[in-house]
Amino acid sequence: MQRAFLLTSLGITLALGSYASSAQANTEITWWHAMGGALGDKVEQIAADFNASQDTYTVKPVFKGNYSETMTSAIAAFRADKGPDIVQIYEVGTATMMGAKGAIVPVYKLMESADVDFDPQAYLPAVTGYYTDPDGNMLSLPFNSSTPVTYYNRKLLEQAGVEEVPRTWQALGDALEKVVDSGAASCGLTTTWPSWVMLENYSAINDVPFASQANGFEGTDARLQFNSTPAVDHIERLTQWQEDGRFAYGGRFDDAAPKFYSGECALMMGSSASYANIKENADFDFGVAPLPYDADVVEKPNNSIIGGASLWVFDGLDDTHQQGVAEFFEYLSSPEVQADWHQYSGYLPITQAAADLTRKQGFYADHPGTDVAIKQITDGEPTENSKGLRLGNMVQIRDVINGELEEIFSGDAGAQEGLDEAVSRGNGLLEKFESAHQ
Amino acid sequence: MAPQLGIVLVFFFWPALQAIEQAFYVEDAFGLSREFAGLANFEAVLSDATYYQALGTTLVFSLAVALGAMSIALLLAVMADRVIRGARVYRTLLVWPYAVAPAVAGVLWLFLFDPTLGLISSLLGNVGIDWDHKLNGAQALALVIMASVWKQMSYNFVFFLAALQALPKSLLEAAAIDRAGPWRRFWTIIFPLLSPTSFFLLVMNSVYAFFETFGTIDTVTSGGPGGATTTLVYKVYQDGFVGQDMGSSAAQSVLLMALVGGLTWFQFRYVERKVQY
Repeated sequence: MQRAFLLTSLGITLALGSYASSAQANTEITWWHAMGGALGDKVEQIAADFNASQDTYTVKPVFKGNYSETMTSAIAAFRADKGPDIVQIYEVGTATMMGAKGAIVPVYKLMESADVDFDPQAYLPAVTGYYTDPDGNMLSLPFNSSTPVTYYNRKLLEQAGVEEVPRTWQALGDALEKVVDSGAASCGLTTTWPSWVMLENYSAINDVPFASQANGFEGTDARLQFNSTPAVDHIERLTQWQEDGRFAYGGRFDDAAPKFYSGECALMMGSSASYANIKENADFDFGVAPLPYDADVVEKPNNSIIGGASLWVFDGLDDTHQQGVAEFFEYLSSPEVQADWHQYSGYLPITQAAADLTRKQGFYADHPGTDVAIKQITDGEPTENSKGLRLGNMVQIRDVINGELEEIFSGDAGAQEGLDEAVSRGNGLLEKFESAHQ
Repeated sequence: MAPQLGIVLVFFFWPALQAIEQAFYVEDAFGLSREFAGLANFEAVLSDATYYQALGTTLVFSLAVALGAMSIALLLAVMADRVIRGARVYRTLLVWPYAVAPAVAGVLWLFLFDPTLGLISSLLGNVGIDWDHKLNGAQALALVIMASVWKQMSYNFVFFLAALQALPKSLLEAAAIDRAGPWRRFWTIIFPLLSPTSFFLLVMNSVYAFFETFGTIDTVTSGGPGGATTTLVYKVYQDGFVGQDMGSSAAQSVLLMALVGGLTWFQFRYVERKVQY
């Protein structure tokens, strides 16, 4: 029995070995990603186009499940010495990847040592800011970045006599009151990704810190601060709005979207990358507006911050593989590829050239509202509070925040009490990260 | 050595030993640095309030799932046992849910109870119950219990039905002649005779509720709202797979292993005494 087992496994190993050697006619670059459905098809197409454009390298995209599954499998594969060349990691995993010195090659180093054109200035600062070190060096290549915007149901706003979505939270309160009082909709506003939109982006736009040490960019000893900023009043405002129907909680992730599709809520704050989905699901005329700012806190809003994912390169690749990855990144950053990806998916273009090309092609004129996101993130120089977040264990921290927000919106905790609890539990996770990365 | 034993060694004992080892180390996600931590992981877990919340949730959840799935299955089995016409059709339909994957079962229930689009939630709204399991922890827990019970019911049904059909008919007929009604016959004869099956199912259902309901919870509530449906095994997944905190996650699985082992021992030691073979 044992001998049979050994022989079989030996046979399988040999078969796999010969398969691997026959497939390596040219250098194969593996790219693990988390883009399912239509986006996955587009990823396949980008890779195929790159492969057709030259014959030294073959980029092979592999779909590995959702973001956390992709990250977990990449880490497990790295530990077993079988990691991919390129892996797509979501923005909240950034600090974990950065902390893994010796496991990754920073993109700026990769591009420097390879023979390709690379101009860090060509990229949009609000996008790359999330993925650069304090000295301004790019650590990973942004791939799919989005930012939250406000979607509105034109018909319901018309019925309520609201002409446009106001720019401030204060004026928005009045507008939502009209929506509910006129009976146009039973709910004024809902939000997807509660922590990302209502705390992380609220803090950035209104120039208040989310965490100390420039939101973690200046050191792993950063601690959460949103329980002592106007963010508390903002969450308190939402709980009050909840009572008269101006706001309704719709769950984590994208779970709130049906409330908007069904016409229950007149407004929804959500990712700019949801545009295509909304277009498909909403059988009414909808518009896109920027996220409001808090007139009690700032006079002029900052840029909003991004979400999405970037591409990381594992260390230990030989020179040919490194060169291949660099050439692929150069291709991926080209205005044509970026403009196409941006227009197809609703994700932000990562370079100014791609945004300009999209405008020149007339896309923004044909699809009104698709340029709101790019205007919003390029609005002024990013400040310390709007560069992004660089916090370790952010995946769990966001989970903690979402849980506490649920306690607040269900009435089990007050806004201050719930956010205090989120900060103290979140800081526990930050301390853990700090002590593991000294 | 029997090949089955080899499989158990490779797929159970080896990973279990690795989990025990891992529980005593603090390690970064990539395995680049690894430090012996003694009992620090266990101390951190046992001083974490959310761990006790998950423990409480798990106990309520497991008890409700095991009792719910077994009592409904028994009721259905007794009724199906009496059906003469179309018995096969009923039985097939009742066994059907077992073939549904836990994640799919979760999605089905999610559709029915979606606060905005769900059929049942809108019916509940008509009678004045405001269903929102995305905010209401008790409703969320009730929903995952219902989905898990529905899924496990079929398994129990098959065993109960087989046990019922194996009961000696002469005993029941003799009791009927002595003018014992159906209710009395059930409680004094059928129920005690079913006790070996019931005991087996109690153990199986506890294990099911502890471990195999992961898919249902993940698709229906992802452990929310506010941790209201985070069971121990779901927390192991959240901390280990999503959060990449290997040490804590391993310590939690060791504790969970001890807990389930202890529970099974308790069941064999005390509940089995009441079983009549």
